[in-house]
Amino acid sequence: MNELVGTTATDLLALLETRAVSAEEVTRAHLDRVTATDGDVRALLRRLDEPALDHARDIDRRRGAGETLGALAGVPVVLKDNLTTRGVETTCASRILEHYRPPYDATVVTRLRAADAVVIGKANMDEFAMGSSTENSAFARTANPWDLGRVPGGSSGGSAAAVAACQAPVALGSDTGGSVRQPGAFCGVVGVKPTYGLVSRYGLLAFASSLDQIGPLARTVEDAARVLQAIAGNDPADATSLPGPAPDLLSALQDGVRDLRVGVVTEYQSEGGDDRVGARVRDALARLEKLGAQVAEVSVPHVAYGVAAYYLIAPSEASSNLSRYDGVRYGLRVPGATTEEMMAATREAGFGAEVKRRIMIGTYALSAGYYDAYYAQAQRVRTLIIRDLEAAYEQCDVLVGPTTPSTAFRFGENLDDPLSMYLQDVYTNAANLAGVPAVSVPIGLDDRGLPAGLQIMAPMGGEATMLRVARALEADLALDSVPRGPNAVEAP
Amino acid sequence: MSVEQATRYEAVIGLEVHVELSTRTKMFCGCAIDFGGEPNVRTCPVCLGQPGSLPVANRAAVESAIRLGLALGCAVAPWTEFHRKNYFYPDMPKNYQISQYDVPICAGGVLEVTVDGGKRTQVGITRVHMEEDTGKSTHVGTSGRIHGADHSLIDYNRAGIPLLEVVSEPDIRSADEARAYLTELRAIVRALGVSDAKLEEGSMRCDANVSLRPVGHTVFGTRVEVKNMNSLRSLGRAIEYEVARQTDLLTAGEQVVQETRHWDEGAGATSTLRAKEEVFDYRYFPEPDLVPLEPDAGWIEQLRAGLPELPAVTRQRLTEQQGVPAEQVATLVEADLVPTLEAAVAGGAGPVEAANWLTNELVGWATGHGVAPADAPLDGAQLAALAALVRDGTLSTKLGRQVLEDVLAGAGSPAEVVRERGLTQISDTDELAALVDAAIAQNADAADQVRGGNRKAVGALVGAVMKASKGQANPKLVNELLMQRLT
Ligand SMILES: [Zn+2]
Repeated sequence: MNELVGTTATDLLALLETRAVSAEEVTRAHLDRVTATDGDVRALLRRLDEPALDHARDIDRRRGAGETLGALAGVPVVLKDNLTTRGVETTCASRILEHYRPPYDATVVTRLRAADAVVIGKANMDEFAMGSSTENSAFARTANPWDLGRVPGGSSGGSAAAVAACQAPVALGSDTGGSVRQPGAFCGVVGVKPTYGLVSRYGLLAFASSLDQIGPLARTVEDAARVLQAIAGNDPADATSLPGPAPDLLSALQDGVRDLRVGVVTEYQSEGGDDRVGARVRDALARLEKLGAQVAEVSVPHVAYGVAAYYLIAPSEASSNLSRYDGVRYGLRVPGATTEEMMAATREAGFGAEVKRRIMIGTYALSAGYYDAYYAQAQRVRTLIIRDLEAAYEQCDVLVGPTTPSTAFRFGENLDDPLSMYLQDVYTNAANLAGVPAVSVPIGLDDRGLPAGLQIMAPMGGEATMLRVARALEADLALDSVPRGPNAVEAP
Repeated sequence: MSVEQATRYEAVIGLEVHVELSTRTKMFCGCAIDFGGEPNVRTCPVCLGQPGSLPVANRAAVESAIRLGLALGCAVAPWTEFHRKNYFYPDMPKNYQISQYDVPICAGGVLEVTVDGGKRTQVGITRVHMEEDTGKSTHVGTSGRIHGADHSLIDYNRAGIPLLEVVSEPDIRSADEARAYLTELRAIVRALGVSDAKLEEGSMRCDANVSLRPVGHTVFGTRVEVKNMNSLRSLGRAIEYEVARQTDLLTAGEQVVQETRHWDEGAGATSTLRAKEEVFDYRYFPEPDLVPLEPDAGWIEQLRAGLPELPAVTRQRLTEQQGVPAEQVATLVEADLVPTLEAAVAGGAGPVEAANWLTNELVGWATGHGVAPADAPLDGAQLAALAALVRDGTLSTKLGRQVLEDVLAGAGSPAEVVRERGLTQISDTDELAALVDAAIAQNADAADQVRGGNRKAVGALVGAVMKASKGQANPKLVNELLMQRLT
């Protein structure tokens, strides 16, 4: 197997810059790795071999001609299949969009192309990003590269698994309640949920508009920072996009954590978490302290209500966002005697059980008689969580805790129990409700050899500090990120 | 009993008027606003509701909303937001309409209307809010409605065009007041230039809420919403029909059903469109893809300072300061001819003179040619020139009308038409004397009657001279010459 596979984006960029390798060779090596591993992992819904190789050859030609190239020139990248790609099927892992080809590129895709990153495929996901295991995809069941009998997490499970399996050094996912961080933790990779508005949502097929944010998955904090830097910054096409250019995330990355105040969220220590994760979290905290950070407990009382608020707000917005999938304009159409019957039949056939469940919950929560009791009440809880976090950030620079209650679970383990599945994002949804950034960084393996993650949250716009903490921990832990174990995907 | 009871009800009417804004681009995307052309050419991922697309509010549309609100005396909300109004319909690309709900951009205004006979009424403006238009369906098949159609064609060119919804208080009491309200609102919208406000073309649309209650009562009766009135005439007829229908029901001791009814212009009647039980739960909630609007106070004041003269003020100025009769002013405002009048006055015409030409001649010509009077090819400078030619006697009034016809037909300026057609009035006394003598010789009977003291008989002789001169003789001089010879 080729040594280019499993190399970080940062190292690949150095090799490409000195012309030690060509972009075509890098792309081909990763496509070969997909061929070798995706029969087991099934991270991708679609490979884009020809366009990727064409793009790579064009980059090589331009480099040869002495042209200035983008910041990710020649780096292979995988996109979650809820990011629009012009003329290329974008399905959200749903039957209802099985053959849908968008007429435009998402802003993040445009920016990745402008940075000369090479898109090699579209990743599997939970249908319409609803789920915590990628078992809700209508097309494939992605496996965790560390244990092919377990889930990769969700809903960006395909993106996380592709990076963990070394199919691409970096990938984009989307995070509505933890959908980048949780699969990042399960697959032993870095996953970032940026500040709401830092990355344009234009071209992200909406799940819950006020919570969704696109974020990178990578093998290292630095790679994640590079990708985030490339896709961040104001976009006039997204009214919720933050003004101004992207912040500098790279220059202070190695500055360490000396004297930074790290708050350990009290409520995240006892939320029924698995002690296999707890042990790794305690070790990570000890390391941060050893590296010079001030570590202290901080209470964020209302996060206990986060799951309840999240599972009203997200389905409410989803019920509205998904109403456009009706068989009239694109995607699946199932015939019916009347327009209403056609729409109903199309949605009945096109949506999976979890999507239907959430549409029903959301429709109910928004309906005239229940709006105040459910949706409005959830928004009030959201405001309380925002205030809690603002108060907490007066005492500390970042807040930390486990990313997930447990490490990766087996296929089917939580599938028939929506509530236990929903508790997967008990630690992650607060960042979405409050719009603040958060990252999951690998902190080692549990006693079964499965990766665990530490979540680091920062105030709005605090990505640089947050990533510095993640980077310091990553350097101190010096983990080997290649999956291993009896049920792991074959090593490169 | 029924006759006596019928006189005891009064109508309570509120109007909801949708105005399509003539901004350059749509409400939430950069697509151009225009009419006609191929279906679905003025569309993009946003106004087609393509997955992943996002709306961005059009500042010019917000500005139009604020300007109309200010013109109606409304307060502008310091903070406002958009909501989603959820319902499934093929015309709606996203299956929700972005609209405003509990906090409209403008609220609490008043519009004063004057009905025939000079009675003035204040109609409260509840709110002015912004929303986006839907697409337009054509249902192909026998029924013309979506149900039972062979297939439906949808044109999304209209989808996303900014709309203002102006909601009145239920202060209107008659069809006449409703027409006067809509006329005045349209005049204001046009004066502001925010829309062409054409009822017939759908750029202004009106729904009426009509209920009846016993005179003297303050409690509202059961309300019926009437839709599809696409002219002032149909608005008046629909309200008259609905008031009569509800009066009949109530006098017969029956109940009015709360429902939405459709006005059928051909049948001259309303019919049930949907009953209350079918009313949708729109599931409004704040649009998460847009940020709230906080119009800056300085901006609002700047917009207020930039408002044009409003029709009520224009009318007052023209009647009280310039002496134009009120009915003519109403016609001029309604026909959007005030700018032409003002230009003619600036060019030297008298206001009354110019108003006469416009209301007596131009409006009639435009009606006969099926064009809007304001679109007729006559500018103020041409009108001033024409009026001057008549005033100085170069043209008779009758010749002046002929010249106007030619100008409107594109024959050139009044002076050019006069020159090319040789239409100058004959005022040369010698030339006229010959024509007068010939007329007397050929109409001996009439001449004798005049000589005998019947002055009215001179008309036949004047007519003969005019005919002989092909209309070019100066009738005043001809009359004088005839009287000199015959008395
Ligand atoms: Zn558009």
